[in-house]
Amino acid sequence: MTPVETNGKNRIGLTVADYRGAKSTLCPGCGHDAITGSIIQAAFEAGLEPHRVAKLSGIGCSSKTPAYFLSRSHGFNAVHGRMPSIATGVFVANRALTLLGVSGDGDTASIGLGQFLHLVRRNVPLLYIVENNGVYGLTKGQFSATADVGTKAKSGRVNELMPIDVCALAIELGCGFVARSFSGDPKQLRPILRAALSHRGTAVVDVISPCVTFNNHEGSTKSYLNVKEHDAPLHDITFIPRYENIEVDYAPGESREVTLHDGSRITLKKLGEDYDPGDALRALQTIHHGRQEDKFVTGILYLDPDKEPFDQDLRLAEEPLATLPLERVRPPKEVLDEVMASLMTGKS
Amino acid sequence: MAATNNDFSTHVATVNGSGSQTANTTLIRAILQMGVPVSGKNLFPSNIAGLPTWFTIRVSERGYVARKRRNDVLVAMNPETSVEDISAMGPGSILILNEGVPTPRIPEDRTVYKIPFNKLVEPIVPDAKLRKLVINLVYVGVAAHVLGVDLEEVDRSLSAQLGRKPKALDMNRAAVKAGAEYAAQHLQPAPFRVERRGKTSGKILIEGNQAAALGAMFGGVTFLSWYPITPSSSLAESLQAYLERYRRDPKTGEATFAVIQAEDEIAAIGMVLGASWTGARAMTTTSGPGLSLMTEFTGFAYYAEVPAVIWDIQRVGPSTGLPTRTSQADILSAAFLSHGDTKHILLLPATVEDCYAFGMKAFDLAERFQTPIFVLSDLDIGMNVWMSEPFHYPEKPWDRGKVLAAEDLAKVATFERYRDKDGDGIPYRTLPGTDHPLAGYFTRGSGHDEKAAYTESAETYARVMDRLAKKYETARSFVPPPVVDRVPGAEVGILGFGSSHWAIVEARDLLTVEGLKTSYLLLKAVPFTNDVRSFIEACDRVYVVEQNRDAQMASLLTMEYPDLATKLRPVLHYDGLPIDAESVVERIKERERVEVLTR
Repeated sequence: MTPVETNGKNRIGLTVADYRGAKSTLCPGCGHDAITGSIIQAAFEAGLEPHRVAKLSGIGCSSKTPAYFLSRSHGFNAVHGRMPSIATGVFVANRALTLLGVSGDGDTASIGLGQFLHLVRRNVPLLYIVENNGVYGLTKGQFSATADVGTKAKSGRVNELMPIDVCALAIELGCGFVARSFSGDPKQLRPILRAALSHRGTAVVDVISPCVTFNNHEGSTKSYLNVKEHDAPLHDITFIPRYENIEVDYAPGESREVTLHDGSRITLKKLGEDYDPGDALRALQTIHHGRQEDKFVTGILYLDPDKEPFDQDLRLAEEPLATLPLERVRPPKEVLDEVMASLMTGKS
Repeated sequence: MAATNNDFSTHVATVNGSGSQTANTTLIRAILQMGVPVSGKNLFPSNIAGLPTWFTIRVSERGYVARKRRNDVLVAMNPETSVEDISAMGPGSILILNEGVPTPRIPEDRTVYKIPFNKLVEPIVPDAKLRKLVINLVYVGVAAHVLGVDLEEVDRSLSAQLGRKPKALDMNRAAVKAGAEYAAQHLQPAPFRVERRGKTSGKILIEGNQAAALGAMFGGVTFLSWYPITPSSSLAESLQAYLERYRRDPKTGEATFAVIQAEDEIAAIGMVLGASWTGARAMTTTSGPGLSLMTEFTGFAYYAEVPAVIWDIQRVGPSTGLPTRTSQADILSAAFLSHGDTKHILLLPATVEDCYAFGMKAFDLAERFQTPIFVLSDLDIGMNVWMSEPFHYPEKPWDRGKVLAAEDLAKVATFERYRDKDGDGIPYRTLPGTDHPLAGYFTRGSGHDEKAAYTESAETYARVMDRLAKKYETARSFVPPPVVDRVPGAEVGILGFGSSHWAIVEARDLLTVEGLKTSYLLLKAVPFTNDVRSFIEACDRVYVVEQNRDAQMASLLTMEYPDLATKLRPVLHYDGLPIDAESVVERIKERERVEVLTR
C-alpha cells in the first residue's frame, strides 16, 4: 500500500533523497544494499522524522549499513554484538525516539546472542533487523552460527552444526513481532518493515541476505539462487498505516487482519494454508518443518501487538530522562537534611 | 592495671547470617552517642550464612579510624574460630568467651570472662531458630558493662534501629539486659573503658557506598545499570532505594530515573553509553571482574567520546581473588582500560565525604570531557561504617558540558562533531532528538575524522589521537586537586590515596613522636595536577603508600615524572585486610634506616 504522496513528497514534506545516506562501500550486488533500499523506502513512506530516529548497529558488513541511510539521523555503530545494550540505554533515556537497529548473523547469533536474547526478553521497543547471510564477510567467509546443516563454504568445508534460528529464539522469549524475509523480495520486506516500525516492542526481522562474495556458490544454502528457489512465503502482506482509512477487499476467509497498538493494520492474504500469526506454537512448528523441508518460510511468523513494552514497568516521567532540568533531578535541601538527620540518630 | 580510656579495639567473632549486624551497630552508635569517636570494620567471607565473620569496633579519642593491627578486647562467639581468635590476642587483652568454645592454652596475663550466652538467651527467646539471631545482643549487654558503655545509650541506639518492629525490639532489649545483669553480678570492669566526651556532636555514621549513592542522587543521576557484584552491589541498591524514595512523584508514581539490572557488566556499561549518548546522566557500579568485562566498551567511549561514570569498588584480585576483602589494585587497569592508546580520568575518594562529592563531580567531568570517569573506591571505604561531618547541599548547578541545542545550531553554518573549536581538545556534541538538520552525526569506534565520517587516513587518525591527548591535559585543571600538608623542615614526604589515608594520618603522628617529621600529599585524581610534581620535587624522598603488590600508583608517577622516579619509595600492603598505621610506620622506619646507612 503506497501512502498519499504529492510531488514525490511524503506526509511530512520530505523526499526519498532526505532518507538516503552515504554511498555504500559493500561489494557490488550485496543483499545488504537491497535491504538498505527497503529501509530508506519504508522510512520515507512512514514519514519518519529523521531527527527522531536513532540508527544503531554492532560490527560486521551489516552493521556498516546505517551509514548508508538516514544521514540526518544520529547513528551509533557500537562494538561487536553489543548493539542491544546501547539500544536499551538510548530508548530509556529518550522514549520519543524511533530506534532502528541493524545487525548481522555473527553479530546477533554468535558474539551477541546473550544481549540479543535479553533485549527480546525485556521487549525494548526497537526494529531489530538481522541481515543474515550465514557467513562472516569482513573476515572473509568463515561460517556463522546461522549456517544451515550441510551448507558448503567457499573453501569447500561443509557445516555440520545446527543453525541458530533467531526467529525461533525470539518467539520462545515472547517477542511480539517476529518476521523473516528475503533481501531479494522488497515487495514483501517493505510492508514488514513498515509494520515493524509501528510495533511497540522489540520487532525482530530476520532477512536472508546472500553474500555475493563468500556465500553465493553452488552448495551454499544461502546463495541467491537457492534462497529464491526455496523461499516459501506464508502470505501476501499489506500494511495500512493508522493515518489512512483504506479497506482491503478480500473475499471472506481469504485473509486475516491484525491491528497494531498504534491503530495501524496488517492484512495477511492467504497463499496456501491458513496461517494464524497469533499462535506461537504453530509458528515454531512452521519454522521447524520449513527447516526439515529445506524451505525458507518467510512472512510475519508471530505477532502479539499487545505485549507490554519494557518501559511499562519503569513508570518514567513523560519528559525524556535525557532532557530533564536540574530542578527535577536534584532533590531540595530538605531531603538532604532529612537523610543526614536519620544518619545521626540511626533511625531509618 | 590503669584503665586505658577511649583508646582500644574490640574484635567480635561470630557466624555469618547470625544477626550480628544489629548488635555491632547498636554498640557503635551507643559509643558515638557518648561523644567518643568510633569506627567499625566488617571482615566477612564470600558466603551468606554459616561461615565465620568478624567485626572490629575501634574507639579512639584522637579520632583514628584505620584498622588497628592488634585488638584489645575479643568477643569469641564462634567455636569454629575461637582457638585462632584467642591465640591472636596479645598480653593484657580481655577475652569474653562464649562458654564452651574451644580454647588454646591462655597465658595468665589475659583476662578471661566465660559467659553462658546460650543459657542467658534461652528464657528470653523460646524459639530456637530466633535465638540464634538474638544471642549477639547478649554480648552487647556484657560488653557495655565491661567497657563502660552507657546502657541508656545502648537502649536509645537499639530503639532507633528497631523502633518500627516492637516485638523484635522487646526481645533484643531483654537480651541486652540479661547480658548486662549477668556481667554486673559476675565480672569486673575491664581496663579498657569508654568515657563520655563531646567529640561527636552532629556527626553522622555512613558507609561509603551509601555516601556515593547520595552524591549521585544530588548530582542528578537519571540512569543506572548494573550487574550484582560484591562489594559494589550496596552502592547500586542504596541508590535505587534513595531514588525510589525521593525521585518518584508520590502522586503520579512517575520516576525521573531508571534503574536496570543488566545481564552482565558488558551490557551494564553498554546501556550507560547508550543512555549518556542520548543525554542522560548515566552510571554503573562494579568491581574487579566486572571492570575487566567493561574493557572494550570503555575504550570505545574514550575514542568515540561518550560520557560514562563507572564506580569501581575495588576488591582483591586477580580473577575472583578474595571477593570480600579490600585492595587498591585496579589503578593501572582502570587508568588504561582498553586496547590501543587510552588514558582515562580516575577519581580517588579517601573518605565518605569524598564519595558523596565525587558522586556529583564524576558526572560533571564525564559530560565536560565526554569520556568515561572511573571512581576508584574500595571495599573498606564502601562497605564499612565511617563517622563524618554531615554532607553539604551542593551550591553549584551541574556542568553538562558542550552540548549544542537546536537554537545553538541555528546560529552556526556547520556542525562538526569532533572539531576542536576552543583549543582545549574538547569538541561539541548534539543529542539525538535535536530538531535541526545539522544535528545528526555518526558515532563509531572505527577511524573517524572531525566530521565523524569514516576514515583510515594516517594523518587524520594521528590528529584525532593528539587531540584526545590534549583533552586529557585539559582535564588536569578540572579534576579535584590533592590535599597537601607541607611540614617545614620535613625531608620525608608521604603520598597516599583512597582508604590508605586514615592509616597514613595515624602513622604520621606515630612517626612524629619517634622524631620523623613528614609532609603529606593526599592524591584525589589522575591525571596528576602540578601540585603533585612540586610536592615530590620539594621532598628529599617520598613514600608512596598503596594497597597493592605492584606499586601501581608509584608506577603511574614514574611514567609521568621519570626525572623524579628515584625519589619514590613504595610502601605496599596487600593481604586483603585494610592497611593499618603500624605497618606503615614499620616499613617507613625500616627504609629510613637504610637511607641513613647509605648516606
